[in-house]
Amino acid sequence: MPNEFAVEMQDVVKKFATPEGGILAAVNHVTMQIKDGEFFSLLGPSGCGKTTSLRMIAGFELPTDGKILIHGKDMSQVPAFQRPVNTVFQQYALFPHMTVEQNIEFGLQMKGVQRAERSRRVSEALDMVRLPGMEMRRPKQLSGGQQQRIALARALINKPEVLLLDEPLGALDLKLRKEMQLELKTLQREVGITFIYVTHDQEEALTMSDRIAVMSKGVALQIDKPDEIYERPATKFVADFIGETNFLDGVVRGQNGSIVDVELPGTGIVQVESGRTFTNGQAASLAVRPEKLSLNSELKEGNNIKGRVEEVIYIGTDTHYGVRFPGGQKARVRAQNITQARRVIATTGDEVTVSFTRTSPRLLTE
Amino acid sequence: MLNFFRNKRGFQLFGLLGPGALWILLFFNLPILIVLFISFVERGRAGSIRIPPVYTLDNYSQLFNACSSEFAGPECDPLLYLGIFGHSVRIGLVVTLWCILLGYPLSYFISKQRQVWRDALMILVIIPFWTNFLVRTYALKQVLATEGLLNSFMMNIGLINQPLDLLFNEFAVVVGLVYGYLPFAILPMYASIEKFDHTLMEAAADLGASPVRSFLRVMLPLTMPGVVAALVLVFVPVVGAFITPDIMGGGKIEMIGTLINRQFGVSRNWPFGSAMSLMLMLLVLIGVIAYFRSSTEETRRAM
Repeated sequence: MPNEFAVEMQDVVKKFATPEGGILAAVNHVTMQIKDGEFFSLLGPSGCGKTTSLRMIAGFELPTDGKILIHGKDMSQVPAFQRPVNTVFQQYALFPHMTVEQNIEFGLQMKGVQRAERSRRVSEALDMVRLPGMEMRRPKQLSGGQQQRIALARALINKPEVLLLDEPLGALDLKLRKEMQLELKTLQREVGITFIYVTHDQEEALTMSDRIAVMSKGVALQIDKPDEIYERPATKFVADFIGETNFLDGVVRGQNGSIVDVELPGTGIVQVESGRTFTNGQAASLAVRPEKLSLNSELKEGNNIKGRVEEVIYIGTDTHYGVRFPGGQKARVRAQNITQARRVIATTGDEVTVSFTRTSPRLLTE
Repeated sequence: MLNFFRNKRGFQLFGLLGPGALWILLFFNLPILIVLFISFVERGRAGSIRIPPVYTLDNYSQLFNACSSEFAGPECDPLLYLGIFGHSVRIGLVVTLWCILLGYPLSYFISKQRQVWRDALMILVIIPFWTNFLVRTYALKQVLATEGLLNSFMMNIGLINQPLDLLFNEFAVVVGLVYGYLPFAILPMYASIEKFDHTLMEAAADLGASPVRSFLRVMLPLTMPGVVAALVLVFVPVVGAFITPDIMGGGKIEMIGTLINRQFGVSRNWPFGSAMSLMLMLLVLIGVIAYFRSSTEETRRAM
């Protein structure tokens, strides 16, 4: 029976020697399980270890410690050319001295597939990426978007167990990016191959992925579905990196079951629901999304705190209000402009009430 | 022509290109014409040529039939000179092959270092040029001599019991030439390899190509321009070399270069020397053109 996981990273460590003579753990004890047929994204800022992780799965780097399994088989020390995975490179890495056809059939040729079979599959692959009849072109004669598709065809023609994509859309302009995002997602559903997708673009990750691993400084901070990551970030870093978040720093003053009392200096006590247990006097931050705050519509059940509007920014779909609280902390409130006429809730200098439910904020300590 | 000089741009061009063109014309093209002329006349009694000149094709026919010479003895070998030509080409190919085989990995290694190290290593490659070629060749002779460094070392560590004959043979000539021309192979190959995008090797490995196949299918074709340049830069001068075969071969290894050198020296046969020089030029020219013809398609694609 095939293994449920396409790829497993078990406590993987990758250390590099830095030019200054130090040692850097680019990947530091990462464990993750990527399910068969899943669109899985590694998301994080540059230097977070996402590309190194991908390169270890591809076999371009060998882990310093830990294991990498592909469909249950230990691949940790297997060289790249013997792994059942294929990669779409950031700059495509098409062979410039070969035609499109020679590029795409390269993998099949290495496996010893006969010529007739190869050219049949090449034209199939070109149909799949919607570039039929391009066989005799050279990579240089193609646009960035076309090269991208050829790189995709070159990888997918081998029917890999896992397709690795290293920021493949990074070099494309915004409009083409959006198009390719949807196309990639559709393609992934059609071919049913596990995709592991490296990106630093949170929106891209949220749009395309079944699950996301948010990485920072070589550590996987949270591995979850996009909505879980957005709604229930595990750390301040995740909350901050994915979407926009207000952080209100406070001190825990009591806990009654799942309801935690948090004192915001200068503002008073607010109540927040949390599944975790806190101790009295512990410092904690409320992470709350701007759209989960409302202005001048007090809640009976929930938190209502006073503040003063410092700025009002109209951005078309929404209006953003910057509100400062008596303790000096600031929050951004986002109100959708639903009615036709621009509805001004408050103007600069107004005293307002900011309200949020107990479940809206996440109470985070790290 | 007058219009050309009235034009300011034309005048600038002339100013820039003129001196160089004149130099080549005077010291390169003209001498070749003189050599061409000498190759078709009879030699003079005391050397140089007969005045007034007497035109002849003997110098060329002698090349193909050594026995047609007035000095030919009874046991002369008619193919003597052609044999030496063939021998020189063979040595040229062997030396070129070694230079490429040794230079390619070295260039690759250097290109993989960090910038500071790369520069330092490239300077090490170029440094020998700062020393006179003759001095270097004599130094190498001391290394290979019977009582030389290499033999003494190998005897001291007990690798051999008696000194090997490392000098005054074809081996010594090849070693000397490889030593002298290796930098000419490294420089162009390094330039090509340094530009090579190593992610392409990862792409090849990713598609299932073993390291050897990745090299043959991707890296070698893409760095071929450097290899071709190395081939030309080494092969052409080596076929005509005369100092190294003279010193390292101890006069026992005859190459075209030593032969030509002798015609203008002890043999005092300028016309025959000129004829051989032109044949050598022709040979190298044909070789290089043939090579470019067969490889341009691949090379152009690579670039």
